[in-house]
Amino acid sequence: MPDDLDAAGAAAILSLVDSRFPGGGHAHSGGLEEAAARGLVTDPQTLAGFLRGRLHTAGALAAVFAAAAAHTARNLLSPPAASRADTNGVGEAEFARATGNGHGSTGRRQWTALDAELDARTPSPAQRAASRAQGSGMARAGRSAWPSPVLDGLLAATPRPHQPVLLGALAGIAGASPTQAALAALYLAVSGPASASTRLLGLDPFEVNAAVVALSAPMSEIAAHAAQTCHLRPADLPAPSAPALDLMAEAHDRTHRMEVRLFAS
Amino acid sequence: MPADHTTGHGHTHPVSFDPTATAPDPHAPRAEAGRAVRIGIGGPVGCGKTALVAALCRALGDEVALAVVTNDIYTTEDADFLRRAGVLDPERIEAVQTGACPHTAIRDDITANLDAVERLERRYPGLELVVIESGGDNLTATFSRGLVDAQVFVVDVSGGDKVPRKGGPGVTTADLLVINKTDLAQHVGADMAVMVADAHRMRRHRLPVITQSLVDTPDAPEVAAWVRARLADAAPSGAA
Repeated sequence: MPDDLDAAGAAAILSLVDSRFPGGGHAHSGGLEEAAARGLVTDPQTLAGFLRGRLHTAGALAAVFAAAAAHTARNLLSPPAASRADTNGVGEAEFARATGNGHGSTGRRQWTALDAELDARTPSPAQRAASRAQGSGMARAGRSAWPSPVLDGLLAATPRPHQPVLLGALAGIAGASPTQAALAALYLAVSGPASASTRLLGLDPFEVNAAVVALSAPMSEIAAHAAQTCHLRPADLPAPSAPALDLMAEAHDRTHRMEVRLFAS
Repeated sequence: MPADHTTGHGHTHPVSFDPTATAPDPHAPRAEAGRAVRIGIGGPVGCGKTALVAALCRALGDEVALAVVTNDIYTTEDADFLRRAGVLDPERIEAVQTGACPHTAIRDDITANLDAVERLERRYPGLELVVIESGGDNLTATFSRGLVDAQVFVVDVSGGDKVPRKGGPGVTTADLLVINKTDLAQHVGADMAVMVADAHRMRRHRLPVITQSLVDTPDAPEVAAWVRARLADAAPSGAA
């Protein structure tokens, strides 16, 4: 599958990562509120460290699943011969056999498998809830902007999908490549917490923006790496993790029950 | 100068290009058959939004299947107040977290509120009315037409009688403007006649204004009547 920037896909990616995109993401801080409450993030320097860590862990996991979902969506949309010819074949053929070849189907088993595997890689119930809240919010905007039988199939299989799976599927439906989908997931993994930091800590927005832009090179590397695994069976996808973020998500949720937090996660 | 001016240079304009002009929201509410009517209650901090929601629950709770969504800024104070007030089954109240931006959650990205409304609609089939209370914000915070069918903007006299003439989309375009806490006017030196006249002028004498004091009329009868009229508007013709 050609992985170069095609204009329609790129335009869809711009929309998906735009802070104006009405998918409910503005209410999530990606752990930043908890980190700020603990004094772990206090200024642009500590924010930069938080964002770098999040990019390489939670961001990398989201990128892997966004790329795989984009790949799945594109395969469901395009004729089998064309989609098989340009992938590396082995894992894909195995996956197709194991899941009953999605071509011409709604892809129910592929989507269910991706969803379950991401669940298995997200040990924190609060993180899973936040991911599904953002996935279903994004689905509402997605149904309106990119209506597709592939999206209908995904939502029939998983009515409240994980955000990276839904994001990748929308990107794939819109014509974006797995690399582009991964890039979008990575960008969102850091832009949300960055925006929360300006609201919670009043950090200088220019320095915050510079901290996000400074991650361009690792973002591109992680996206390329995620795209290399997009054809693997869901069970074989990488599982980068951030135990600290998992624990802080749980603490955030527990604190919210007692004294209330501003962000949903 | 208003769009329909007839003096000055001898003709009328179909559209005003005067950047200072304000007019009622020109967009018709999105009508969808078979779902609850959604009414937004917005206004600055402390103007009495939650008290008005509680009054509406008391006034309408026995005749209409209703539920409430609250958008608190920093606490679940409003949801807790409503639950404690006993005006509504606590299960009928959903609280939304807004990420420090109450106006975003009711206008720019309404996803969290739509999710809350749909949760209530699933929980209570046949729900007729959902009241969505905004977090206290500023005079520019209005609801998206994608979220509510009609909206009430609440201001109160304790902010001084200048508030209506400060304008902003809440005062100028909300489907109903409520001037609350009229019983306090004498204590804060607010001139009710000025407030009401300014309010009507800012709303171009087209949109309704209600003054009320929940101390004097705890069940907000005029606002409740306005809400009943919105429910009747939404009902299939002949059924209302």
